[in-house]
Amino acid sequence: MAKSKRFFMYLFLSIAAIVSIFPFLWMVVSSTNQSVDVTRGRLLPGNYLLENLRKLLDTTDLQLSLMNSAKISVTTTLLALLIASLAGYGFEVFRSRSKDIVFNILLLSMMIPFAALMIPLYRMFGQISSVFPWMGIDTMTSVILPTVTTAFLIFFFRQSTKMFPKELLEAGRMDGLSELGIFLRIYLPTMKTTYAAGAIITFMSSWNNYLWPLIVLQTPQTKTMPLLISTLGSGYAPDYGMIMIAIVIGTIPTALVFFVMQKQFVAGMIGSVK
Amino acid sequence: MQHTHSKLKLRTKSVLTGWSFVLLAVILIFVFYFYPMLQALILSFQTGTGGNLTFTGFDNYSRLLSDQTFLVSVKNTFIYLLVQVPLMIILALFISVLLNDSKLRFKGFYRTAIFLPCVTSLVAYSVVFKYLFAGNGLVNTLLLKLHLVSAPIEWITDPFWAKITIIIAITWRWTGYNMIFYLSALQNIDHSIYEAARIDGASASRQFFGITVPLLKPIILFTSITSTIGTLQLFDEVMNITKGGPGNATQTISQYIYNLSFKYSADFGYAATVSYSIVIMIALLSVIQFKVAGDKNG
Repeated sequence: MAKSKRFFMYLFLSIAAIVSIFPFLWMVVSSTNQSVDVTRGRLLPGNYLLENLRKLLDTTDLQLSLMNSAKISVTTTLLALLIASLAGYGFEVFRSRSKDIVFNILLLSMMIPFAALMIPLYRMFGQISSVFPWMGIDTMTSVILPTVTTAFLIFFFRQSTKMFPKELLEAGRMDGLSELGIFLRIYLPTMKTTYAAGAIITFMSSWNNYLWPLIVLQTPQTKTMPLLISTLGSGYAPDYGMIMIAIVIGTIPTALVFFVMQKQFVAGMIGSVK
Repeated sequence: MQHTHSKLKLRTKSVLTGWSFVLLAVILIFVFYFYPMLQALILSFQTGTGGNLTFTGFDNYSRLLSDQTFLVSVKNTFIYLLVQVPLMIILALFISVLLNDSKLRFKGFYRTAIFLPCVTSLVAYSVVFKYLFAGNGLVNTLLLKLHLVSAPIEWITDPFWAKITIIIAITWRWTGYNMIFYLSALQNIDHSIYEAARIDGASASRQFFGITVPLLKPIILFTSITSTIGTLQLFDEVMNITKGGPGNATQTISQYIYNLSFKYSADFGYAATVSYSIVIMIALLSVIQFKVAGDKNG
């Protein structure tokens, strides 16, 4: 390839990379600066990190929001993995015509926009509230239940199960294991990477979920991180340094999950379309 | 006789075991997707505030057509859709083709960097963008210092620039996500196809349109449908960057539904009608996208 072409290729990719990274750098640098310096466009790290953090802890219930987000995301992820892997396995291993039809109907749910569901769901949980307050509006359960089962994750597990060696199934049956026993003792340990990828996808979307929690979580005690960040950002005289440290803290869990398990994440996303 | 009997029993047992594995998921999807979907349809024929709803037939649907706020929201959503989705898909395709070059160095760095925006929550990055593009924000400061503009651009407060800001933001967040799909598909293409094309004297752009694009068509279709569905439901960014403003200049359909249900005097019936407009649009656009891809295949 011509030299100038190579040059433009690197130039273009470098610009794309800088544009992608820059808002992150700015967010991290700004979290160490005073509010005025952030508006002045200071691009060097300052030494206000701890003060910004202290202000954030004083004016908001950061620990509570972090705990709420963590509880919701971890519970959602564990339940989602269990439900979807059981279903994906069931659809692939015990195939029948009727089950294939049901599977295709489930896939249709991926086309349903959340906007069409939010009002009926809100009313449903409103009605539940009057009977079982512990799972109605403003509870963790109300956030978790509608998001815990997605056709996408079931589809993802079914696709991956195609790769699962069926001889292991037969071996398990020969050894007199029950069907659930085979699933738990043979399938689950063999499919570790699939579970890891599914966990990352679910954890990230649960941690970042905004619209449904915004509707259903109504008291400050149940606020999650995105709700906290959103209210901080809507003030009239925002303290930029303080808001930036909140955003950094809110981004750390998903960024960590991504960097620790980058390989599985990419493999997982790719596996889902193949 | 005894033998077939036990065989039958075994079959029934296996069928039952199969259903027991999938049952929980099936129930949950029906309860939390299909049942509310049906409820929304029923609601869309009702009017009233809060819990006091009465059937009013197609009133809500005729109201839609003369509702200026609704029409503006639809128009805005389609502007985002028609500008942003093609822009992002072309950009993602272009980047992934560059990254697929076997002689490229620092591949891992570029890939990770461009994918990085996907780890942020929509709310977090929206707030960051809101400040970056503020009147006295960093973007304007840089543009002024570089003498690219003579006065700060009203990114958030001007109806035109506010839409551009939203488009820039969504493109930043999702290009890397789409790129990953293309990259994985590109890695499955046999290199000898390109070798053969090169020997035949095909230019880089001919190789791109003649080989890469046709081979990636299923993935391009997949990403354009998911992006379309995503854009039709756009909410988090607009809510946190512009709040739908100035006026209704950036408001989306999802945000209008939210306002109708939870900001104004809770008109659930009408809000459900508006939400069904998204259902219909998604269905129509998906059919069109499948048709377009299908025709070119044939």
